[in-house]
Amino acid sequence: MTMLSSPEKLECARKDIVSRIDPTKPCISVCAGAGCLASGAAEVIAAFKTELEFHGLTTEVNTKGTGCPGFCERGPIVMIYPEEICYLRVKPEDVAEIVSHTIKEKKLVDRLLYVDPATGEKATRESDIPFYKNQQRNILSENLRIDSKSIDDYLAIGGYSALSKALFQMSPEEVMGEVKKSNLRGRGGGGFPAWRKWEESRNAPDPIKYVIVNADEGDPGAFMDRALIEGNPHSILEGLIIGAYAVGAHEGFIYVRQEYPLAVININLAIRQAGERGLLGKNILGSGFDFTVKVHMGAGAFVCGESSALMTALEGRAGEPRPKYIHTAVKGVWDHPSVLNNVETWANVTQIISKGADWFTQFGTKGSTGTKIFSLVGKITNTGLVEVPMGVTLRDIIEKVGGGIPGGKQFKAVQTGGPSGGCIPEAQLDLPVDFDELTKAGSMMGSGGMIVMDEDTCMVDIARYFLDFLKDESCGKCTPCREGIRQMLKVLTNITTGKGKEGDVELLEELAESTGAALCALGKSAPNPVLSTIRYFREEYEAHIRQKKCPALSCKELIAFHIDPDKCKACGTCFRQCPAEAIDGGKKRIHVIDQEKCTKCGTCFDVCPPRFGAVRKISGEPVPAPIPEEQRAMA
Amino acid sequence: MSEIHLQIDGKEVVASEGMTILDAAKTVGIAIPTLCHHEKLEPYGGCRICTVEVEVRGWPKLVAGCIYPVEKDLVVRTRSEKVDKIRKVLLEEMLAHAPDAEELQALAKEYGADRDRFEKEPSFCIHCGLCVRYCAEIKKKHAVGFVDRGSNREISFIPEIASKECWDCKECFPLCPTSALQAAYVLAESLIPQPDAEVSSCSCSCSCSGKSGTGE
Repeated sequence: MTMLSSPEKLECARKDIVSRIDPTKPCISVCAGAGCLASGAAEVIAAFKTELEFHGLTTEVNTKGTGCPGFCERGPIVMIYPEEICYLRVKPEDVAEIVSHTIKEKKLVDRLLYVDPATGEKATRESDIPFYKNQQRNILSENLRIDSKSIDDYLAIGGYSALSKALFQMSPEEVMGEVKKSNLRGRGGGGFPAWRKWEESRNAPDPIKYVIVNADEGDPGAFMDRALIEGNPHSILEGLIIGAYAVGAHEGFIYVRQEYPLAVININLAIRQAGERGLLGKNILGSGFDFTVKVHMGAGAFVCGESSALMTALEGRAGEPRPKYIHTAVKGVWDHPSVLNNVETWANVTQIISKGADWFTQFGTKGSTGTKIFSLVGKITNTGLVEVPMGVTLRDIIEKVGGGIPGGKQFKAVQTGGPSGGCIPEAQLDLPVDFDELTKAGSMMGSGGMIVMDEDTCMVDIARYFLDFLKDESCGKCTPCREGIRQMLKVLTNITTGKGKEGDVELLEELAESTGAALCALGKSAPNPVLSTIRYFREEYEAHIRQKKCPALSCKELIAFHIDPDKCKACGTCFRQCPAEAIDGGKKRIHVIDQEKCTKCGTCFDVCPPRFGAVRKISGEPVPAPIPEEQRAMA
Repeated sequence: MSEIHLQIDGKEVVASEGMTILDAAKTVGIAIPTLCHHEKLEPYGGCRICTVEVEVRGWPKLVAGCIYPVEKDLVVRTRSEKVDKIRKVLLEEMLAHAPDAEELQALAKEYGADRDRFEKEPSFCIHCGLCVRYCAEIKKKHAVGFVDRGSNREISFIPEIASKECWDCKECFPLCPTSALQAAYVLAESLIPQPDAEVSSCSCSCSCSGKSGTGE
């Protein structure tokens, strides 16, 4: 392992690596991100290796596991270079055909290509798939180009050239100036300008300073940071070292949740590789600048994503927020100035230094520059990670990139910003994705979780779900958060179980107001799911309270299942599948649900053949009396 | 130490650097209610009953008076419709746990808080943390601590330490604002076995003393 003791040596090493890469040589890249691994990517990679060996092609064809390209819905994803052929949902049994057809005969395996559900057209290359076509993948696209465990791959695509540029061509002030000019705002939630934290830390007289990566991604359904740190750990490390240089820090931490085992492995590996090459440690690239970094594994507390709680946890104490009347940038870990930025923010720093602030600001809006990665989940056709320029509308993300709502259902709301965010209704879908615009709408950018909901989602129940999450994830230190969440959850539970009463909505609003006195941002924003659903879906609250009706037909205590005697064809499907044995029926006998026995699992509703459509959900009205025994026999 | 001029409830106040809003208010006879604050202990900011409104560069915000440091030209309102409303709700939430606590009742009177507004959950503890922090900061024994988080958070004595240290201390008892009973009750359980009693062979994690029938 050669130490890269100067920028020239770095460039030499890069040239050497690149010279050994034959761009015409076929390469099979398989996504080895967490999502694809869960759907069998490791078996697919193994199958490719065996198959290539069988054909004696091991030296002629490369195989590699890459980071997550984002289209998780269709994983495992296989890309074949140099043609850039994209195969989706590949199984080990497809591998033989891919090798014999595509690799040997240069022919396509049609059934593995993307088919546009609207036009029926097939797409061969990734860039032809609408999911990708409508994105601006400045950061995510690199995931696909490299083996996340190989520093050589990262160097081959220009890795650590931004660091070299910062250390040798720029003063710390110039680095700071470039980040300031880019107007990069924190990707973790608050959207606080990164340079302000940096400047505050740099100006603090304390000579011991820290820089920290916040990889404690805890929002339900969010996995942007996971994909980045698993897929391209060096880009985050590089951003962190650049930040350390600008701030004047010589020690850093990466706070990553232990529930991300692959992220922990890959970032530790990256740190070791960078150290061996002289890109970390003493006298980086011969510049005289020293920097070391440690990985700290979080123990699974959502609240530790909050900066002061994270720092308390880093110190080895229980992760509880502290008052931040003096910023952590001035007094953070062990009371030393500490700059904490999110994974995605650090990844952006690398690009800003490499390509310049002017390049960066061409994407996005004036107030929110650059791109943002969202994890698009819920009732959406294309689940996955999407990277779009700030300022695109929510509608574009959901319809163009996400492919709309599956199953012909109606869109109802999109929840942004995780448990601290809010639900945005159809009427607001043309809102641009921008830190300030989302806040104005009663939600927030958050770290980038985006949960799409359709007509079957009850908005009161969604608020209840998030409060239930927060009830356990609040640290419990301050009264407004601990007790406010407890009481709001009780009210919401009452409403969704038919025990709501007049005045409950006002009580929720009052409790939400008092939660504003909480110690940290997590507590202060905890009522957002409640307030935003009241703001946009008040009529659903009122229906639950006044008519004991769940308009989305979702709250179990407020719905009943009923078989329409005129439509039932006595096919026996529901009768056989009802797990509660609550259906009375038989051959040529109209089926009837015993409401006493029914557990409202919905199996009968799901299995009743659509051509009959005899089972229906009822809410807010009495269940029709079962038809008398003597009338049940069918002609 | 440099002088800092600020305004509290319309009064011009001269404070010195390092003072909190609570300290500064005290110098001009303005009382801000507190429950978790203690002069001998590190500032905590947990109960939030000392919440006041401040204006920072024209922006109003809610802060904890017991920890917010005085700043030049700060405008503070210790009583406003918003502040009173928040204190009232916070008191009602705490009264659900400790309905008979004298300190809470006195404040409830002042802010019109209804002790029966929320369903009772008599755990008696309002999580002020005075016992926990006193034991850690002053006594340096850590015999009592918080366990779990969120709504499930509660104070708990650590039997291994408590059985050695608490017997002749009990200095945390009078600090408890809800009733010393809570501390005493939990403590009494954890104090078994007594120092000169036989060492129990029970290795379970509760404080059952290892003799059947002594627990609940």
